[in-house]
Amino acid sequence: MSIALIAIIAAGVLGAVLGVIIGMVAKAFAVEVDERIEGVEERLPGANCGGCGFAGCADFAKAVVGERAKPGECPVAAPEDISNIAEYLGIVAEEKEKRVAVVRCSGDCANTVRSLYNGVCDCRSAVLVAGGAKGCDYGCLGFGSCADACPFGAIEIRDGLAVVHPELCVGCENCVAACPKDLILMVPAAVDVHVYCNSPEKGAVKRQVCRTACIGCRKCVKASGEEDHMLVDGFLIKTNYENPPQPDLVEASACPTSALRLGTKHAVGAYGGASK
Amino acid sequence: MSDKPRKFKGGVHPKDSKTLSASKPVQDAPLLDTYKVIMHQNIGAPPELVVKKGDLVKKGDLLAKAGGFVSVPLHAPTSGTVKAIDKCPGPTGMSVPAIEITADGEDEWGDALEPIVDWKTTDPADLKQRVWDAGIVGMGGAGFPTHVKLSPPDGKVIDTLILNGAECEPYLTADHRLMLEQAEDVALGAAIIARILGLKTAVIGVEENKPDAIAKLQEIAVKYNVTVQSLPVNYPQGAEKQLIYAITGREVPIGKLPMDVNCVVQNVASAVAVAEAVVKGRPSIDRITTVTGKPVVNPGNWRFRIGTPIEKALELVGGVNTQPAKLLLGGPMMGIAQKSLGVTVMKNTSGILLVAADEVSLYTSEPCIRCGRCVEVCPMSILPATISQAVENKRFDWAEELNVMACIECGSCSYVCPSHRPLNQHFKRGKIEIQAQLRKKK
Repeated sequence: MSIALIAIIAAGVLGAVLGVIIGMVAKAFAVEVDERIEGVEERLPGANCGGCGFAGCADFAKAVVGERAKPGECPVAAPEDISNIAEYLGIVAEEKEKRVAVVRCSGDCANTVRSLYNGVCDCRSAVLVAGGAKGCDYGCLGFGSCADACPFGAIEIRDGLAVVHPELCVGCENCVAACPKDLILMVPAAVDVHVYCNSPEKGAVKRQVCRTACIGCRKCVKASGEEDHMLVDGFLIKTNYENPPQPDLVEASACPTSALRLGTKHAVGAYGGASK
Repeated sequence: MSDKPRKFKGGVHPKDSKTLSASKPVQDAPLLDTYKVIMHQNIGAPPELVVKKGDLVKKGDLLAKAGGFVSVPLHAPTSGTVKAIDKCPGPTGMSVPAIEITADGEDEWGDALEPIVDWKTTDPADLKQRVWDAGIVGMGGAGFPTHVKLSPPDGKVIDTLILNGAECEPYLTADHRLMLEQAEDVALGAAIIARILGLKTAVIGVEENKPDAIAKLQEIAVKYNVTVQSLPVNYPQGAEKQLIYAITGREVPIGKLPMDVNCVVQNVASAVAVAEAVVKGRPSIDRITTVTGKPVVNPGNWRFRIGTPIEKALELVGGVNTQPAKLLLGGPMMGIAQKSLGVTVMKNTSGILLVAADEVSLYTSEPCIRCGRCVEVCPMSILPATISQAVENKRFDWAEELNVMACIECGSCSYVCPSHRPLNQHFKRGKIEIQAQLRKKK
């Protein structure tokens, strides 16, 4: 018998013996997997954005099946996905309100005073040089740290300003922590009227560096009547998201700096930055 | 101590441009109508306000008291009225709280601190208390409270006091003029600090491009049992760790402080402030600042009160002849770019540097070509090229492994990089992100 044949037979026998051992061990020490985990995972969006606080969709699915989390805690899934998961698991889904991000600044390049900056194109690095090269200490720097953090491509950098497209935003909140100026606020998706300014400075100071800043003139507060739709915070007006105004307020109040805008129209560039 | 100082690894030789102002004697800036004293001028806790709007203050009166051990009090730069507790642009670019004082023109001293004439017999603890009460911080740039450096924790033995007169930063001549004109005070300050630390001697390290200052100090320092060590010209010779190595041959390990190798380093301007605080009872309310750069009509060294707006400072020195492209507080290597002329002189403002448009080049960051020049010049022996890539890709854990925290932000790597990579800015970002993560874990 040739050496080759011996080798083949020996390897074959060894393989067969080991195969039997592996088979027995696999049976004896089998780990029970809850197949519902896979089922839930299939019904999740699969973006692995981490918006739920878990390591990804698989981890979240495990938590949901293990009743450590509720399906509604996925910020990305649409209401029908969530009821789908709840139905699959035989539990009752909770109603959840969709939230979207708003970048509270309207100061694009055309309307703001900026210094020349020649450095790392990242907001969190740019802010280390004189607090960012923008005249306003509080405004969007426009290098797109938030856009980089968004796994859904919902933030566009347009003319040096981050603009959220509400129809693409799923509310994962990844952008909120990325902004060094704390400009991004999560708001109910149903509300469309926002104040695109976050500077607490006096009106005159803001106007020196930005044409579209909220100067605190309160026209919108008056236009909304006695309903408390708009809140006054020093020299800054804020939308009252607990008791939000109707979209027609924007037209009715005729904001002199166009800081008061409709989110959907701002997203498509309807305001163009033109200021009176 | 050897006669020949050691040369630390790395370093660069930028054009020093000190001749613009090196021969100009220090002039006292005339009194202004308004001073805006930035509240938080030290590393550590901000001080607590003790005056309110409308209060009358005398020169040297307390405006704010120390807000903890690592914090120093703040004193009025002149006599007048507290007009407002307002905001003013800070050195980091963000608005910071500031005390606005309208001067009454009298410039009259209050009676806050008693001079200690017999400091040679005074208890070192009282001297240290005086340093704290006078609000003295590291005037070389960092602004670290001086009394904290003079309080080594139990078990730490200090055997060497080094006074930093290297002034390796290009353009700046404030310390040079100080050592030349107030050599006596520098030596006196050194002797007082030595007494606080329980030492008999001190060493003043001066770069050898200031031979007049070295000669003057050598002549006077003997009386105070202080020696003067001339150092080779190599940026960053004035960095604490590099200075300690040059003079003592001891290396401060990464993450450790000078006191871990039994050293204390103080800036020469801080030493003068200590001398004045002790023997004259004078709190830290002014400092010598170099105003320089190509666009400055009359570059020079000026004694400005703290709270002097940069705009006024530039007017005082005769203004500018061309529109500057850049304003830096400090020197060209480590100075901080400003976007507002409303920033005011602080205890650690060593220079006001204007850069003309034709001196500034705009660069695009190109990919690293692995030439290794940054590694050669890095005085801390870290790997700037690799760390910058880690930070660029937001791998802060990797950057930490590569010891980005050891970076002293001297900018030598950015200075030599042929791809014009903003290395220093990457490191600053990396350090801040790592510190933020550490705080979160706590």
